[in-house]
Amino acid sequence: MIEIDNLTKTYGDTQAVDAVTMTVETGSITVIVGTSGSGKTTLLRMINRLEEPTSGEVRINGKPTHAEKPHLLRRRIGYAIQGHGLFPHHTVARNIAAVPRLLGWKKPKIRARVDELLTLFSMDPAAFRDRYPAELSGGQQQRVGVARALASRPELLLMDEPFGALDPIIRARAQDDLRRIQQHLGSTIMLVTHDMEEAIRLGDKVAVMDGGKLVQYAAPAEIIAKPATDFVGDMVGDVDRPLRLLSLIPLSELIEDGPAEGEAMPADASLREALAACLWTGRTAVPVTREGVHVGRVTFEAIRNRAELHA
Amino acid sequence: MAALLIPFMSIAANRIVAGDSVLAWRVASPVETLPGVAAIVLGLALGVPAGRHYLRLGGALLGLGGLFWLLMQGAPALLEGADSAYARVSPAMGFCCLLLVLTLMMTDALTQMAPGPLARAGLLAAVLCALAAILWSGALAPLSIFQEYASRQAQFADAVLRHLALAFGSLATAAVIGFPLGILCYRRAQLRGSVLPVLSLLQTIPSLAMFGLMIPLLGWVGDNLPGAQAIGIAGIGFAPAFLALVLYSLLPVVGNTVAGLASAPAAARDAARGMGMTSTQRLLRIELPLGLPVILTGLRIVLVQNIGLAVIAGLIGGGGLGTFVFQGLNQTATDLILLGALPTVALALTSAIVMDILVELAKPIPKDTA
Repeated sequence: MIEIDNLTKTYGDTQAVDAVTMTVETGSITVIVGTSGSGKTTLLRMINRLEEPTSGEVRINGKPTHAEKPHLLRRRIGYAIQGHGLFPHHTVARNIAAVPRLLGWKKPKIRARVDELLTLFSMDPAAFRDRYPAELSGGQQQRVGVARALASRPELLLMDEPFGALDPIIRARAQDDLRRIQQHLGSTIMLVTHDMEEAIRLGDKVAVMDGGKLVQYAAPAEIIAKPATDFVGDMVGDVDRPLRLLSLIPLSELIEDGPAEGEAMPADASLREALAACLWTGRTAVPVTREGVHVGRVTFEAIRNRAELHA
Repeated sequence: MAALLIPFMSIAANRIVAGDSVLAWRVASPVETLPGVAAIVLGLALGVPAGRHYLRLGGALLGLGGLFWLLMQGAPALLEGADSAYARVSPAMGFCCLLLVLTLMMTDALTQMAPGPLARAGLLAAVLCALAAILWSGALAPLSIFQEYASRQAQFADAVLRHLALAFGSLATAAVIGFPLGILCYRRAQLRGSVLPVLSLLQTIPSLAMFGLMIPLLGWVGDNLPGAQAIGIAGIGFAPAFLALVLYSLLPVVGNTVAGLASAPAAARDAARGMGMTSTQRLLRIELPLGLPVILTGLRIVLVQNIGLAVIAGLIGGGGLGTFVFQGLNQTATDLILLGALPTVALALTSAIVMDILVELAKPIPKDTA
């Protein structure tokens, strides 16, 4: 558990981060979202003390971060940034091994860990281990950057706009990969982005920052359904709100008995996908399957009613 | 080709007066000159077709061979023909033109072939060996410049050593001061803001003025600081020359150290800090390896610059090859000037090539991947 307690950072007269208090659960993804200048990056960088707080403190599992030397603290916390920050003169393997080497791991252990991580990120260790960053595609560089941050099994992973430099398709894949790997490893992740879409897609909890203040800290569905301020509403985008909400709800919530024509959809698909299928093929209901077995249908009517609940 | 029609060598009655010109095929008996002239003509012809690098290189080497052959044949022959014991033979315009053309051909071919650093090192060694062999053989001894050398052998060896001591010693001193200063400047923007302008101001002082300034400055130190004179600090001599060279060297060393360290990508530096590297670890593992080529380029600039500047040290009694240059200037003896200048040029060229090779070897990322 990470407790952020009244954390404040002042540069001259400006309050970059203004008395932010929040608690992050172990094993969850928390996304900090805001416009540029909202203080989100400063907040993140105060957690591993790349910036020293003006006042307030951060406790990781009850232990205040200022009780430890900064470089030792940082070795326990993974750090991945926009533009990956790989060392251009080191091979992929050596890049991933950076923190384990700092921690003095034995060579065979490091080697095994590098191969394990490359495999986890769907990169063949034999093919990629000895390459240099310049020989990789943007998506591959980004994956190596995240793998490097995870190498020493840190108790917390901080990510600053990790997907910012990727094109939309690669970006969506990278987000899915991150979600999958996080569930697999059970890591605690704090991620900074300016993209609300990304925040809703990835976050178990979303923290919205504006002008150095934490304006709302809640689950994605609540952020969409009940924006705390106009600013949060703007960030969500009022026009897209119903669609964003539907994209968070699985079909399984609205399954009913009855006939439906056409191609079936899995029960864990989102209502947004079912709505799109209805509109696209002119149907009023879609059949739903669970592990290939027909379990019922979801109607256009039901989706509309579900969206109206929040209006 | 036309250069063959320009006088190839000249013969003078003594070391001061202007000489009479002699054409390439008249420097010795036709039997002796023919192979040389033929080699030059053939070599030049081989260099004409573009795109055939090996052919052009071979042509250049063949031509150079012919050139030195002519020189070696011509020098004793011409001297024999002269009746005075003070007569001097030296290469003339034609020789210089041909040498220039053939060397250009060779460098052009080499640039096109782009040999790797090790191949270049081998090539340099081969050229130096060939040059040494020609000089050692004594075949060129009758040339005027070697007559000047013959009367000053001990002095010459001394001057070369002194010159090397000035150039390399000042480089080493500047490096010892400059690297830590550069690292400090890189870490602290404030220090950088005040140190670099001062160093570039030093750099703009003309060399003659700098050496001149050293005379009263170190003279005062030598007179007033007890013990200073005992270790050789005085207004003229080695110490002021050495100090001036060190001052000139500081800007390239410090400037390139700062630029080199800063050349590591900002994201990589941030990541290194974020993963828990201490500042020393960042310096040794990230910033230095990535900046080494730029830092070495700074040392290359300093070395070549100091080999040249050390000539001027001769003016304030600092010794070195400059001594001959200034003696020659005073006596209007061109050959004596060349005795100082040519070795300087050879030294500077060799150092430049060696340093270039080192810079290439220091590149942290294998070439085919970058």
